[in-house]
Amino acid sequence: MKKVFSSAEEALNGVLKDGMTIAAGGFGLCGIPENLIAAIKSSGVKELTIASNNAGVDDFGLGLLLQDRQVKKMISSYVGENDLFMQQYLAGELEIEFNPQGTLAERLRAGGAGIPGFYTATGVGTKIAEGKETKEFDGKTYVLERGLRADLAIVKAWKGDAQGNLTYSKTAMNFNPECATAGKITIAEVEEIVPVGSLDKMQIHTPGVYVQRIFAANHEKRIEQRTTRAA
Amino acid sequence: MPWDRNDMAARAAQELEDGFYVNLGIGIPTLVSNYVPEDYDITLQSENGMLGMGPFPTEEEIDADLINAGKQTVTELDRTSYFSSSQSFAMIRGGHINLSILGAMEVSETGDLANWMIPGRLVKGMGGAMDLVAGVQRIVIIMDHANKAGESKLLKKCSLPLTGQGVVDRIITNLGVFDVVEGGLKVIELAPEVTMEEVRNKTEATIVGS
Repeated sequence: MKKVFSSAEEALNGVLKDGMTIAAGGFGLCGIPENLIAAIKSSGVKELTIASNNAGVDDFGLGLLLQDRQVKKMISSYVGENDLFMQQYLAGELEIEFNPQGTLAERLRAGGAGIPGFYTATGVGTKIAEGKETKEFDGKTYVLERGLRADLAIVKAWKGDAQGNLTYSKTAMNFNPECATAGKITIAEVEEIVPVGSLDKMQIHTPGVYVQRIFAANHEKRIEQRTTRAA
Repeated sequence: MPWDRNDMAARAAQELEDGFYVNLGIGIPTLVSNYVPEDYDITLQSENGMLGMGPFPTEEEIDADLINAGKQTVTELDRTSYFSSSQSFAMIRGGHINLSILGAMEVSETGDLANWMIPGRLVKGMGGAMDLVAGVQRIVIIMDHANKAGESKLLKKCSLPLTGQGVVDRIITNLGVFDVVEGGLKVIELAPEVTMEEVRNKTEATIVGS
């Protein structure tokens, strides 16, 4: 089965539906599937629930989907960089389900691994644990969190091949491997599609079984906080 | 003279032990890395997926794929490893990180921490803070003793939504160093020229011992 597509638009063909849940890789603006996000904006699909650690900035990344109010709900750990998000949230136009960052990562990992729930000490005694089952193990209290699956996962990798094998670059890995496993359909955008067999088989981060569609594209890779030291 | 933010960071650096794996929060805690003793082997963890975080890059070294949890560009070291978010929080939640130094809005005398949300006003999110306080072996807080209105940030009970319950071990403020102990906060050290009387006057939390 052919996995390679020519563009974000082509890779998304027939996949998008109003009201769907999308898991999106990336941390801040690092390692985000920027071409897929732009194509989802152009598609006009709406009422989306998006699981992503952050919500982009006003004019880049997932912030683009807020401009036309395509997002109904975000599942995120930190949205502090997005003023538009704040406005829509405080006006009651956008739902947010805050997940602790590690809980969000583990929910995606568990969801993708066929684990419907897990216990964690994270959030015990806080708002996050309200209404959730707790259980004591060895004298310590843990809260039950659910595995998370998505109708669609969109991820960004460094290199990939026609089999869907992916490798990531440095901290641009972040949530991408977890998202890739959690999608019923996973689409990967990469900087370069290399011939099958040329990736180091011992260094493949996401095996191709998790990836249904892949395409290569240019990436702006915007930097949020450009911090430097003197040479 | 109470401590300034650099003094507080320098004092917090005394919490480090040779060989520690450490996660530093955003803000004043980041400054602690400037005061790591030279002969110590300290590895900084960044929860976006990096162990062995290096200094800021030169203009030529900037790499958009290489940032820290504060979204700042950083560099790698020879020891560096990269990993995914679930792996990153496995090492945090699993108790493999020795120390985390974080900022705070409020700390209670029972070690409750509030540093992520002001209801109705500010919605940013907890990021990795809840996981850090739940899993890291030792939690040290650096913060100003009072808020902008001059009110004590060391409280009997936190008024803001909690990040964690009973998770704080030690608090370093501009006035001194405080440990969370049975019955309240114990003064471990005072900043120069700060008196116990001043601390008592400026602290809502119960101060135990002399």
